[in-house]
Amino acid sequence: MSAPAPGTRGQTEIAQPAIRIEGITKSFGSGDTRVEVLRGISADIEAGRLTYLVGESGSGKTTLISIIAGILFPDAGRVSLFGTDIYDLSRNDLVRFRLKNIGFIFQQYNLLPTLTAAQNAAVPLIAAGMKRSEAVARGAAVLERLGLGTQANRLPRQLSGGQQQRVAIARALVHEPRLVVCDEPTAALDAASGRRVMELLKDVALGADRAVLIVTHDNRIFSLADRIIGMEDGRITHDGAEAPQEANP
Amino acid sequence: MPWIALRMLTGDRVKYFGLIFGIAFSTLLIGQQATLFTNLMLRAASGVFAVSEADIWVMDPKAQGTDATLALPSTALERVRGVPGVLWAVPHLREAGSVRTSEGALERVSVVGVDDATLVGLPSTIVEGARHDLFRRDAIMVDTVGFGKIFPDATSGAGLELELNDRRALIVGRVDTNPTFTAGVIFYTRYSSALGFVPGTRNRMTFVIAKAAPGEDPREVAKRIEARTGLKARERRDWVWDNIGFIASSTGIPFNFGITVLLGIIVGVAIVGLTFSLFIRDNIKQFGALKAIGVTNGGILKMVLTQSVWIAVLGYGLGAAFTAAFIWGTSGTSQFKGFFLPAEIMAGVAVLVFVMVILTGLFAVRGVLKLEPAEVFR
Repeated sequence: MSAPAPGTRGQTEIAQPAIRIEGITKSFGSGDTRVEVLRGISADIEAGRLTYLVGESGSGKTTLISIIAGILFPDAGRVSLFGTDIYDLSRNDLVRFRLKNIGFIFQQYNLLPTLTAAQNAAVPLIAAGMKRSEAVARGAAVLERLGLGTQANRLPRQLSGGQQQRVAIARALVHEPRLVVCDEPTAALDAASGRRVMELLKDVALGADRAVLIVTHDNRIFSLADRIIGMEDGRITHDGAEAPQEANP
Repeated sequence: MPWIALRMLTGDRVKYFGLIFGIAFSTLLIGQQATLFTNLMLRAASGVFAVSEADIWVMDPKAQGTDATLALPSTALERVRGVPGVLWAVPHLREAGSVRTSEGALERVSVVGVDDATLVGLPSTIVEGARHDLFRRDAIMVDTVGFGKIFPDATSGAGLELELNDRRALIVGRVDTNPTFTAGVIFYTRYSSALGFVPGTRNRMTFVIAKAAPGEDPREVAKRIEARTGLKARERRDWVWDNIGFIASSTGIPFNFGITVLLGIIVGVAIVGLTFSLFIRDNIKQFGALKAIGVTNGGILKMVLTQSVWIAVLGYGLGAAFTAAFIWGTSGTSQFKGFFLPAEIMAGVAVLVFVMVILTGLFAVRGVLKLEPAEVFR
């Protein structure tokens, strides 16, 4: 299934597609318990725009974002990120591709509890082999940009939920990835904190050659999106600058 | 990543110290029991170790150990001396006896008769008295541990008398030697005196101990003695192993100690395996996030191996220190006199502990290796 033409919100310049997905299908289980989660999804997602994937639980949005991020193999279809067919890569090359090109922000942050904020932010750089002191300094610099400079040496448990989410954002951005994928980044935050986090993300993560893809059902932040893709039952059912009607109570 | 792995490990203090103390306890259990077993087995041969001058022991063909032999005819001595390659050969007697203590109780003792002329067979370290004192009438020297048993309150033994097999014996000194496996008290006397102290038939010489001539291989000389005399002759180290083998095969000691060592391994595997599994389960989200970010399974394995080696080094080090402290602290007592911590045992325990910890670490990490990174989004 092809997505409808994407909508825009105040964009005068159409960016190049950063993500191209074609005919993605995915099912889990087998026999009587087999569940078809994605039913032939196709879409282009441009760089420079904040794109939301929205839908009810079970609509397939988390599965789709996992496939786009290269952490879940589809049953069929292709995923091209910035011109690279990621599932044509060997497993190790795919891991290296993720490490270099993708930043992750998880719903529960998944920070390492024994590392300071700056050390947590530096994890992708350390994993890539950068000298620890240099990586931590860069992590601290990103935290500074995110307004957490004074908290750089604190452990996650010493930070509020919003601050932890900003550390997670710093970790997702520290290696300057071209794609940032976020899973319900505001789910654990109050409305004000959630909005601040999203504005921050939009400010620092987006660029002419960078894309941000967010899975959310938090309608409090829909107004910040440049494009909203709605999903239902494994299919794209909405694509536009505004949220689908059923998502706005 | 090794640094991150260590920070993850050390950050969870309860599990971190649990792992270290689990390994330390396992090391202590295995190391201490293996050390006690080894030292006990070496006591089976302490009678051989005490005679440092001789490198060949000759005995009845049916002899199995220093305390399990049959007497030889006195002619055996001359026959051994007549074998080419023998530098010297002297008689040696080891027999059981009983002594009446100052409290009137009977104590089982071992009487060792050493060569009258040269005193070959007498331990080299004399704690009290002088070697030539043994030439006095009815003179005996007693080992220090045995002396403490018979005269618990005495500080000096010289001049004390006692009844040895109903005969007067005069203590003229004390010697430092390790207790044997079977006897708690050892009396040394001249061979001719020993014949008087120990009743029996006309054949009472239990061993002929000999020295190979310079340039001769003692083992070859022993074979030659066997061929020419029909007696059993063993090179000193071979005889040590024969004694150890005899005690090991005729007692349940190896089995009992083996069970304890096995328990040490099981306790170690259980504690380390369980704690490691809990640690990894508690951090599964973090490991999943690392996999999603771009850490390969190889990287995760390296992290867990780093954690395993770290806790193995610390846990083993602590356990080895506890073991050394135990052996050091008890080796001065009469029960553990002469016990030492063989480096080979601690090296073996190190290999065992490292293999155990690394295998349990690898076992615990299986879940992470199988974990799909997409799980972190669920």
